[in-house]
Amino acid sequence: MLIRKYPSVLIFLAVLAIFTLVVTIMSQAYGTGAIPTSTVKLFGKTLCLALAALAMDLVWGYAGILSLGHMAFFALGGYMIGMWLMYARTEEIVTATLANAPIPATPDEVQQGIAGQIFGVVGSTDLPLTWTFAGDLKIQLLLVLLVPGLFAFLFGWLAFRSRVNGVYLSILTQAMTLALALWLFQNDSGFRGNNGLSGLQNIPGLTDVPQSTISIWFLWASALALGLAYILASWLVSGKFGSVIRAIRDDEARVRFLGYSVEGYKLFIFTLTAMICAIAGALYYPQAGIINPAELAPIASIYLAVWVAIGGRGRLYGAVIGAIFVSLLSSWFTGGKAPDGNLGFYTINWVDWWQVLLGVAFVLVTLFAPRGLSSIIDAVAGLRHPMRRGKDLGPDLGALREKEAEA
Amino acid sequence: MRRLLFCLLLLIAAPAWAQDLQSVLDANRDQIEKPSRQTIGPVIAEIAASGEGAVAFLEAWGDRRVGVTDDGRFAIIDGDAAADAVTGAAVAGDVKALKPNSGVRGLIAAALVPAQLADPDTARRRAALDALGRDATAEHLPALRASLDDPDPGLAARKTRLERLLTVRFDPDPAARVAAIESFAGDTGADVQAALNPLLSTTRIAATELPADANIARNLGVGSDLTREEAYRLLVDAELARPRLSDAEQKSALSANISDGQVGNIPVANLDSPDARDRAYRALAAAGTVRPAASADDVDAALESHVFADIYDEPSAEVTDAARGTLNGLVFRERAQQSVDITLDALSLASIYFLAAIGLAITFGVMGVINMAHGEFIMMGAYTGYVVQGFIANKTVSLIVALPAAFIVTALAGIVLYRLVIRHLAKRPLETLLATFGVSIALQQLAKNIFGTQARPLTAPDWLGGSVGFGEIISISTIRVAIFVLALLFLCLFLYITKRTRMGLNMRAVTQNPGMAASMGINPDRVAMLTFGLGSGIAGIAGVAIGLFAKVTSELGSDYIVQSFMTVVVGGVGNIWGTLAGAAMIGGLQKGIEVLNPANTLAAQTWMILFIIIFIQFRPRGIFPTRGRFVEG
Repeated sequence: MLIRKYPSVLIFLAVLAIFTLVVTIMSQAYGTGAIPTSTVKLFGKTLCLALAALAMDLVWGYAGILSLGHMAFFALGGYMIGMWLMYARTEEIVTATLANAPIPATPDEVQQGIAGQIFGVVGSTDLPLTWTFAGDLKIQLLLVLLVPGLFAFLFGWLAFRSRVNGVYLSILTQAMTLALALWLFQNDSGFRGNNGLSGLQNIPGLTDVPQSTISIWFLWASALALGLAYILASWLVSGKFGSVIRAIRDDEARVRFLGYSVEGYKLFIFTLTAMICAIAGALYYPQAGIINPAELAPIASIYLAVWVAIGGRGRLYGAVIGAIFVSLLSSWFTGGKAPDGNLGFYTINWVDWWQVLLGVAFVLVTLFAPRGLSSIIDAVAGLRHPMRRGKDLGPDLGALREKEAEA
Repeated sequence: MRRLLFCLLLLIAAPAWAQDLQSVLDANRDQIEKPSRQTIGPVIAEIAASGEGAVAFLEAWGDRRVGVTDDGRFAIIDGDAAADAVTGAAVAGDVKALKPNSGVRGLIAAALVPAQLADPDTARRRAALDALGRDATAEHLPALRASLDDPDPGLAARKTRLERLLTVRFDPDPAARVAAIESFAGDTGADVQAALNPLLSTTRIAATELPADANIARNLGVGSDLTREEAYRLLVDAELARPRLSDAEQKSALSANISDGQVGNIPVANLDSPDARDRAYRALAAAGTVRPAASADDVDAALESHVFADIYDEPSAEVTDAARGTLNGLVFRERAQQSVDITLDALSLASIYFLAAIGLAITFGVMGVINMAHGEFIMMGAYTGYVVQGFIANKTVSLIVALPAAFIVTALAGIVLYRLVIRHLAKRPLETLLATFGVSIALQQLAKNIFGTQARPLTAPDWLGGSVGFGEIISISTIRVAIFVLALLFLCLFLYITKRTRMGLNMRAVTQNPGMAASMGINPDRVAMLTFGLGSGIAGIAGVAIGLFAKVTSELGSDYIVQSFMTVVVGGVGNIWGTLAGAAMIGGLQKGIEVLNPANTLAAQTWMILFIIIFIQFRPRGIFPTRGRFVEG
């Protein structure tokens, strides 16, 4: 049923599987070693970003809520898993150190040792209340979903209830992200201030497994998460639910007058996508190795919107393509690998000019190709959209336009 | 007059056995040549009392200008020449300079104060008063009292004040001290507080019972005023109880006494709980290997049988009461002044937000066009100011040129942005947001490429550099006053343009109903473009103003953009009074929260944003919502 309605799902999964397999075969751990571990990690991270972009596409491309705060949920997920990684890893080290003492350590001493190790940099020796469950992987994994989920639920409930929408909602989500980032920047908030959490690439209990192997495991995990999320998203948007959220995007008031609980639908999609973003973050940061409050800066969430816009919103594969294309291109340009452009009178160093290029490209895409990169796929598949340019024919925004009526 | 005063001083300071300088110097030759801080005091006093030449000798000695000649006479060295300390006759031959250490020089300086206080030279009297204000002892009080009658009225007032301050500190008669303390009621001077605060210093004591004559500040209850740990530590420090064993000490004692893998008959492997460790330690103590530690019962008993109190170091209760009364009065006045200070601070922050947001109030508020590159226009204005300063050295002229230049540059940029991007995205606010965001990314990076990442200075002219003071404590920097004035000016300008000009009329017509406006012969597109240019231009001027007190970086604008949008949204879109109210609210709130937790401005911002999010729940359309048929949604 789903496949018949969305043939792209099969193609997408096939491409994803082939990509993962090829990378595995060429990796250092399980194959020829043609792809260095750092590149495998880059691919894994990119898949996580694609997952976040998928969530962004659901909430923005389909439901029309331009959230500028989804990267905050992404980072929150990272923080939740990072807490366990850091705690458990430090616990291993502290236990090993204390084992050399003539007298075995009490649990209190172990905890104090861990707290001193982790929070020494911010001048504290006590474990904050927020780290109560940091030693327990199961609870912390649950918190990866629960904390951003609850956060998104509360925020969304407050915002949608008072009918904050459109650009107001965007600005409000941006403010929320900024507030969260500022809060995390404080040393006494219990998340190590601007030091953030580090050493996350060392997985506790897997000290003997080389990073090359771990990177492949994370690549597979990221690919699996992306595949599953893609199926879930396609299933969601293909059914009645999908029709309702698209209708909300196009004209919220009409959907409300038809008797649908607009707030409920929006709240559901907002919270769900926040949780998907959190999962993406929880997979991303162990590969990145470090997380700090700068990751929550409002600009990060806007980049998420940029990826989706460039890839093509309202198309699930568009978001994925956009995220992969832009973030790989971005790391190529900013990594200094791109050749300098020689204009004769001025040499363009792409490390400096990439942002300008991205900004301009973004403006151009918004102006001339609202469907982004996926319009190429549309053109290949022979899909055409009605031309919604021209003067209004009817009394308001939803009415047919001149060109549309001619077509 | 001077002679008279000096004689008077001598009468006070000089003992009956006063001798002339020569005999004093001769009698204390060894001491003077190798002075020690402990024993030189009486000698200095004797020299000071010895009359003619003593002051000159002491001053020279304090400046390390006294030497000993070959034949053993003291001489005062002046550059290359030297003169006999007593007779003043020139001295030939080698003079070995004496090097009194800083402690001794301090004593000499103190001994000179009475003489200097009565010196005919006003500058020296002032210097002596300054020295006395910094560091005075009980001996100076009579000297100061003797010299109260100063010909210079300013110095006389200072002497009177200092006399009262020294009375507070050194007078032996409590009644005189109380009178002096009470005379300072309502005086907020820092010197008064410095004199009064030490009177209220306390020492925390623990004793079986409080001494009868103690001047008790307050009795302390264990558990309420101080924790059990603190109380017990006091007892231990006073050697009234045995110290408890810290965990680390216990651990090291245990590990020092491991035998056969056991400590006190408990296997080492089992010592991983505090309970087991206590048992092992008790077993060791019972065997006599370690000293017994105070048990929990001992602690209880010790805390029960002792009292704890804060005791004033000052023995006289009347004095401490008077000092506390006067200080409390001061604290109240200070609070009042501080709150005025905070209000001014909040006002200046609010005017900054207002300035940053007023351009936005036009583009976003009136036209409904969301421009995320607004912050970059602010930055562009600041950089324009910086560039203009590079061409024009005179700061005042460059500022006068920079303001219209910034307006023109950013207004043009705004018009270009409108023509190229925003016009094509009419009625698609989310797309406008994104496209202008792309512009913002590009502009920011462009600024980085052109001006570099380091902050560029935008120097204010000197007349903006100082501060305007009201009273002693409140002072506000001139630049903030200028920004406040600028904000007011822009408010008036905005009101004038919208309410009194043709352009404003067109603007209002187009924003209310573009179709109807067009049929009245107004070109909506042109009006919208000019309006956008106006809003952007004002952002540029705000940029110059902000750049004057903040460093100009490419991130200057993005630091203000969220707050600016908040200001407009909180105030109510489409209403300049709303923007004003929003700026006042956000500025006031941020400063208000900062007062509660002054060390943490980050927390203040966090809470402020949270408050705004909640505020929007209750007034989704802002403080002054726009009403009418043309309101969307």
